[in-house]
Amino acid sequence: MKVGVLALQGAFREHVKILHRIGVEGIEVRLPEDLEGLEGLIIPGGESTTMGKLAVNYNLMEPLRNFASEKAVWGICAGMIFMAKEIGMNQPLLGLMDIVVERNAFGRQADSFKTTLNIPVLNNGYCKPFPAVFIRAPKLSSVKEPAQVIANLPDGTAVAAQQGKWLVTSFHPELTEDLRFHHYFLKLI
Amino acid sequence: MSVKSSFNKKNDRGETGGVTVKRGLAQMLKGGVIMDVVTPEHAMIAEESGAVAVMALERVPADIRAKGGVARMSDPGMIKEIIRSVSIPVMAKCRIGHFVEAQILQAIGVDYIDESEVLTPADEMYHVNKHDFKIPFVCGCRNLGEALRRIGEGAAMIRTKGEAGTGDVVEAVRHARTVLGDIRRLQVMPNEELMTYAKEIGAPYELVKETKESGRLPVVNFAAGGIATPADAALMMQLGMDGIFVGSGIFKSADPASRAKAIVEATAHYQNPEILAKVSENLGEPMVGISVRSLSDSEQLAVRGW
Repeated sequence: MKVGVLALQGAFREHVKILHRIGVEGIEVRLPEDLEGLEGLIIPGGESTTMGKLAVNYNLMEPLRNFASEKAVWGICAGMIFMAKEIGMNQPLLGLMDIVVERNAFGRQADSFKTTLNIPVLNNGYCKPFPAVFIRAPKLSSVKEPAQVIANLPDGTAVAAQQGKWLVTSFHPELTEDLRFHHYFLKLI
Repeated sequence: MSVKSSFNKKNDRGETGGVTVKRGLAQMLKGGVIMDVVTPEHAMIAEESGAVAVMALERVPADIRAKGGVARMSDPGMIKEIIRSVSIPVMAKCRIGHFVEAQILQAIGVDYIDESEVLTPADEMYHVNKHDFKIPFVCGCRNLGEALRRIGEGAAMIRTKGEAGTGDVVEAVRHARTVLGDIRRLQVMPNEELMTYAKEIGAPYELVKETKESGRLPVVNFAAGGIATPADAALMMQLGMDGIFVGSGIFKSADPASRAKAIVEATAHYQNPEILAKVSENLGEPMVGISVRSLSDSEQLAVRGW
């Protein structure tokens, strides 16, 4: 199985490495033709403004939307912003998911944090908390049907959602040794 | 001393200022371009061009060179204006060893501190103990020993020193090749040689061992110091660097907005000569360069740092 990782900018190498550990081929995607033959796509963390501009300038927006209309896509942090329908700021968005995302919702780098979350979809009957790393992270300020919240902070803030084959997380599973989110995404393919 | 050694390692959401979030921000900047800016207008041009972060400072290195005298941390008021003007991360420089400048930068909310040889060093023996800070640091290096000393002190990101403010990429290439070459040699070194090697290069043994095992520095490694064209940026990426700092190269050129965008695109598509050719067209004059060979020893910034 081949899974793409959008490699315009950001933490794409980390995902390719994890996919390799799981036994899946990770393909770096920079141009529309790179999407050919892929069965899913990870949009990694990075700077959403940079990624958006490069995606527009290299004619990736429509090919990415077409790809997503049939295939599984997982957006992390900047990728979550990129997949949202609305962020209240003017920058290029794929506009896939029925979510409203607020950028830098927890503050600046001094407020970046690490915690553990209980994420029911990752657990098969037992409860092992998931290590969640938030870096100048966005949050889900609104999630509308058919999108569903799948993880919250203890204060109720929504930080992960799913809509069919589309997944978004505010936090960075690729910065931890816990591969459960990657496995969960691969099951959506 | 209590001021600098006690930051709150928690907020109401979780653990803050840990190694993962400090190194993690640099990981998110990979494959991107960080641009020196001196005004909010510059910062907005940089963001619009696709910069992943900006470095806020009063003068770009070429002007620091031209002006001479003592170069210090920038006016916090000016840095705050730049912070307000963009949504991307903002970095700022403190002098080598000047931990109070670093405290001030942390207090005003910058996202990364560059403990930089471009400013006049405040301490000729010791760098800042970067573990004392909640926000991450980037530091310059010329070789593996220097990189690992800085990481040992708590740096969460490394860059080559190059020779800032010259527009001459030769020193950045030298430093990148030296660090990456040192790592390649380390990888084939038998374990019994590591302690002596660590002693020789003046680096912490544990970090030498870790670097050998992973085949790369424990933190992200950017190129800096003399990058002026899209081709320079792609050269540094092809050599194996993780991303690019451009100092004087953008706002000392004839058409900063076009050049900034071209360098961003060249960094993303560094392996694609057709795209590199296209983005290199019609950018106008690059910054006026100074050949590093024409500089006397006392004019070189890269020798600062210990």
